[in-house]
Amino acid sequence: MYSEKVMDHFSNPRNMGEIPNADGIGEVGNAKCGDIMKMYLKIDNGIISDVKFKTFGCGAAIATSSMATELIKGKKIEDALKLTNKAVIEALDGLPAVKIHCSVLAEEAVKAAILDYLKKNNIDPMVYGIENTEGCTGCCSACEV
Amino acid sequence: MIVYADNAATTKIDKQVLDAMMPFLTTAYGNPGSIHQKGREAFLAVDSARSKVASAINANPSEIYFTGDGTEADNWAIKGVAHKYSKKGKHIISSSIEHHAVLHSLKALEKEGYEVTYLPVDKKGFISVSQLEEAVRPDTILITIMFANNETGVVEPIKEIGTVAKKHNVIFHTDAVQAVGHIPVDVKEMNIDLLSISAHKFNAPKGVGALYMRKGIYLPPFLDGGQQEGGRRAGTENVASIVGMGAAIETAIKEMPKRSEKVRMLRDRLWKGLTEKIPHNIVNTPEKNNLPGIFNISSKYVEGEALLLSLDLKGICASSGSACTSGSLDPSHVLLSIGLTHEVAHGSVRFSLDHNNTEEEIDYIIEVFPEIVAKLRDMSPLWEKVDK
Repeated sequence: MYSEKVMDHFSNPRNMGEIPNADGIGEVGNAKCGDIMKMYLKIDNGIISDVKFKTFGCGAAIATSSMATELIKGKKIEDALKLTNKAVIEALDGLPAVKIHCSVLAEEAVKAAILDYLKKNNIDPMVYGIENTEGCTGCCSACEV
Repeated sequence: MIVYADNAATTKIDKQVLDAMMPFLTTAYGNPGSIHQKGREAFLAVDSARSKVASAINANPSEIYFTGDGTEADNWAIKGVAHKYSKKGKHIISSSIEHHAVLHSLKALEKEGYEVTYLPVDKKGFISVSQLEEAVRPDTILITIMFANNETGVVEPIKEIGTVAKKHNVIFHTDAVQAVGHIPVDVKEMNIDLLSISAHKFNAPKGVGALYMRKGIYLPPFLDGGQQEGGRRAGTENVASIVGMGAAIETAIKEMPKRSEKVRMLRDRLWKGLTEKIPHNIVNTPEKNNLPGIFNISSKYVEGEALLLSLDLKGICASSGSACTSGSLDPSHVLLSIGLTHEVAHGSVRFSLDHNNTEEEIDYIIEVFPEIVAKLRDMSPLWEKVDK
């Protein structure tokens, strides 16, 4: 059902934990649906110097969170914002169709944490081309394939 | 170490069951419908298995019809009664915790214009017999309530339900797939008219089940074709599996006191061990009137599929009612029915034991599972908000 990469990131999650006094924190998802992702960012000179996550959810939710942190660590904000759920899926060597929404949640968690950083620093999200600041709750079937 | 604790999903075939089946997979390959000696040999074997299944539930052999599985028996019973008695009425009473084989059969009938009352259950999973009686109407044609639940292990008050059904002259079907072979079932004493059995739940092979149809209730065939099963269930008999079913049920009945005592002891050891070692847990199995082998526990703030994957990495096979394992966005309808919130239902794990399990295995689960819960809680953003 899951690829070896998914099982690896599930069993040995990278960057799991919290960052005290994080520069940006994003939390997406909904306990009712069984998925919550919380992403912590440390940002220095526009670069994500550290990232940690905490996730309540299934194996895919934990693995996509872990992979998303790896993909954005050390990246510039504008590059981290380009992270797509597809990139997360590819990096994990695929996900079962019913788990695609977990990768969407990971993408949204990264965006939410960056938005939080921008708001705290009074930076207009439009500088980075972000128009929709609502995001999704990760609790619908719309993303499911 | 591999610990198989998913016996409510399916069981290991007992050795003597396989031994009984082997001739019918090798030399005794006749069709029971054939008149020659090969046919007679197979016919007699099916007949003997029928007697064993009948005697296990205190029925007559002529009241037992072999089917492909428990699901077919449920479909046949429910749709059969509905269609045959539609002139009398189109109202059916069931419960909110039925297996999908029953629930989806009822949903199909609702689309045809039948009306179904789904009785709620209390926090321990029991239906109320007085609520059942209040729900009976002049146009009620069927009561279908499961004998014992596959997820929590709750055993419903079947004899009392049978009494209500008889009093109001309503046909009573019960999905007894989890009960037969594990706890005493007596169709006469319990006033059961129709009862579904699945062989692979009691150490027999998959692909065979049975429907008990009380004499006097003649449902039309579910599958049309040849004259097998008294013309009611066409299709060449799955002889080897039917023989396996007969052998398994005979042993299960004979060994029931010994096996259920052992299984109950193991289950209670697991119950005590896990509830002591896991803080913030909720037990979903009732303390009384339960199946001997099932223990269902929710560990709050973690998700069931992640628990199952972690258990699997440690060699432990179990099951969960989380949405991620149900293939939908909602967790188990059974756990929601007993009043769990979505959050708590997502974190449920069912361990189901049988006589093949050992104390050593139980102690291994008690050692490993609380560690897994603790590890996943460390990862959970919900856990950090909890007052520990």
